[in-house]
Amino acid sequence: MTTETLLDVKNLSTHFRTPLGTVRAVNDVSFVLHEGETLGLVGESGCGKSVTALSIMRLVPSPPGRIVAGKIVFQGRDLLAMTEQEIRNVRGRDIGMIFQEPMTSLNPVLSIGRQLREPLELHLGMTKNQALSKAAELLQLVGIPDAETRLNSFPHQISGGQRQRVMIAMALSCEPKLLIADEATTALDVTIQAQILEIIKELTDRLGTAVIIITHNLGVVARYADSVNVMYAGRIRESGSLDQVYREPKHPYTVGLLNSVPTLDLDADIRLEPIRGEIPNLADLPIGCAFMDRCDYAVERCGESDPELVELDGTHLGACWEHERVSRVITGVTV
Amino acid sequence: MTVTTPRTDSSEVRADSKSPLLEVRDLKVHFPVKEGFIIQRKVGVIKAVDGVNLTVYPGETLGLVGESGSGKTTVGRAILRLEDPTDGQILLEGQDITEFRGSRLRDVRRQLGMVFQDPFGSLNPRMSAGNLVGEPLKIHGLTQGRADYRRRVAELLNLVGLNPMMAGRYPHEFSGGQRQRIGVARALASRPDVLVLDEPVSALDVSIQAQVINLIKDLQDQFSLAYIFIAHDLSVVRNISDRVAVMYLGKIVEVGSRDELYNTPKHPYTKALLSAVPTSDPVLERSRQRIVLEGDIPSPLNPPSGCVFRTRCPVATDECSRIVPELRSVQGTQSAACINGDWYNKAARPNEKSSTPQEV
Repeated sequence: MTTETLLDVKNLSTHFRTPLGTVRAVNDVSFVLHEGETLGLVGESGCGKSVTALSIMRLVPSPPGRIVAGKIVFQGRDLLAMTEQEIRNVRGRDIGMIFQEPMTSLNPVLSIGRQLREPLELHLGMTKNQALSKAAELLQLVGIPDAETRLNSFPHQISGGQRQRVMIAMALSCEPKLLIADEATTALDVTIQAQILEIIKELTDRLGTAVIIITHNLGVVARYADSVNVMYAGRIRESGSLDQVYREPKHPYTVGLLNSVPTLDLDADIRLEPIRGEIPNLADLPIGCAFMDRCDYAVERCGESDPELVELDGTHLGACWEHERVSRVITGVTV
Repeated sequence: MTVTTPRTDSSEVRADSKSPLLEVRDLKVHFPVKEGFIIQRKVGVIKAVDGVNLTVYPGETLGLVGESGSGKTTVGRAILRLEDPTDGQILLEGQDITEFRGSRLRDVRRQLGMVFQDPFGSLNPRMSAGNLVGEPLKIHGLTQGRADYRRRVAELLNLVGLNPMMAGRYPHEFSGGQRQRIGVARALASRPDVLVLDEPVSALDVSIQAQVINLIKDLQDQFSLAYIFIAHDLSVVRNISDRVAVMYLGKIVEVGSRDELYNTPKHPYTKALLSAVPTSDPVLERSRQRIVLEGDIPSPLNPPSGCVFRTRCPVATDECSRIVPELRSVQGTQSAACINGDWYNKAARPNEKSSTPQEV
């Protein structure tokens, strides 16, 4: 992993106007991604992780969504300052994206070959025949047997796992610098999930592609990511290397997440410690810390002002007034 | 014994922990595949469940694990008779309920409850939370008069951690986790003995998932309910189950106590499933070996000959395409169906009749 900065997101805010008020889906988010690095973006539904990805791709549906502030510097250029034509040259070529639902993100009326050809012809200026043979090569690379004949298949004729492989082939076809995988394996069975994640890892390692894995599955991040951002209610609450965040979490929400999931390495009879309450209404967030109502560490100060994400220990960042008191006690490790 | 047996009888049965509460014997659920418009011809059969045996004892949780298409949901639905079995028997407290119809079926369903996966689709959007929870009380005539009904509905809502003041609200006014709580309250209303929980937490966020899992566990302790917990998440199943059965393509490939199955898995499919589940310890993850299975689960319309798992199995031999493996005892309560297991030929054969594995 080089230390060259690939992506620098600075104070990004993306808001949605709804009849119930303005939803601050992404609220002053900053992070840096280095070349070849794999970043895990974790959080529950509504925390803003997908909107962060869509903002990077400039695909936020507008209206009602709007990127209201910030900079997204990718390879030295601000994506938010680009014209529509310029950003189209970046999408698919320099940044590839895999979505959760492979059925809805593939065009049902076009053959797989036709869809795989498109970015190759558009971005790399290949002829139809060049693109077709490259497409077959890509399908082979992602482990689709009988690639030549599969080019003529339509999305409904192949399984969910195969569709996700096609999506990977398409996203990586122009050898992008950055791959965004938004819940790419969530809809798949565990054994298929393992296959897909291994393929993504193998190919991106080979191409030196940086990856942003967006997921609510803490295990997937533990296995594949180098660093982690934990998001809650539109903001990054904790950020750091994998070991820092997982082994010495300093934000009560991270601790809560880790204690909520049963895992195979912990004692089977362990009682889960869920985070109490529910995710707050994003259109009506409190003045202070948005996690306060569910937090065991909350003090008076938390209701008065929302803590900034500050450096705790080198690359380990946290946004909690009481971070010094926060620690995770792991009970019953069996392995 | 008739179905209208008073509850006192069933608690006597319960007191004897050795007799099973629910037994599923050689259950088969086949769906015909039809072709043609107006005049339909049967062109094939999907063997969604193909010869499943299960036993559930009072107060215990049996976890049923498998990937999509393994038939785990169909087993659950067949137990509640929401799906008509093609063959086999379902015994509740020793009584064969497979052929029950009409009012007898309704009566026996009082003892069985089901919680569905989708908290959005499984609740009627036009019924208030109170009516949803109270409906089973009315159907089975379990309350006397209005005041009793209201008191019982409030009690049920309280039980699952909802404020009884919310009884007048409709499903869309609740969050996913709260809706699943309503689903649980509804399933509990008729005071069942067995609850089939079909992926009850997989649609929920992790922090909410843990709340619902703890709720389900607490209710089990409180009412000594037996659960059939259907899920694809092996970590969740491990946390809640006493015994676990692993299904693949309509068959049970391995069954055993939780610790046997998770600590010493014997079937190659169980091993692969367990290795595919990431833990949340990065240090452990770096050293863990992972078995990545190739390919997809085959079509149940055209299952492989011999062992159904052989097309994806890392240890499959030529033999596997010819012999249909049967579940054979490994040790203790653990059984697995793989002819390449070292225990397989040593194992005591379950009964004389099926002592020779079928040749295909």
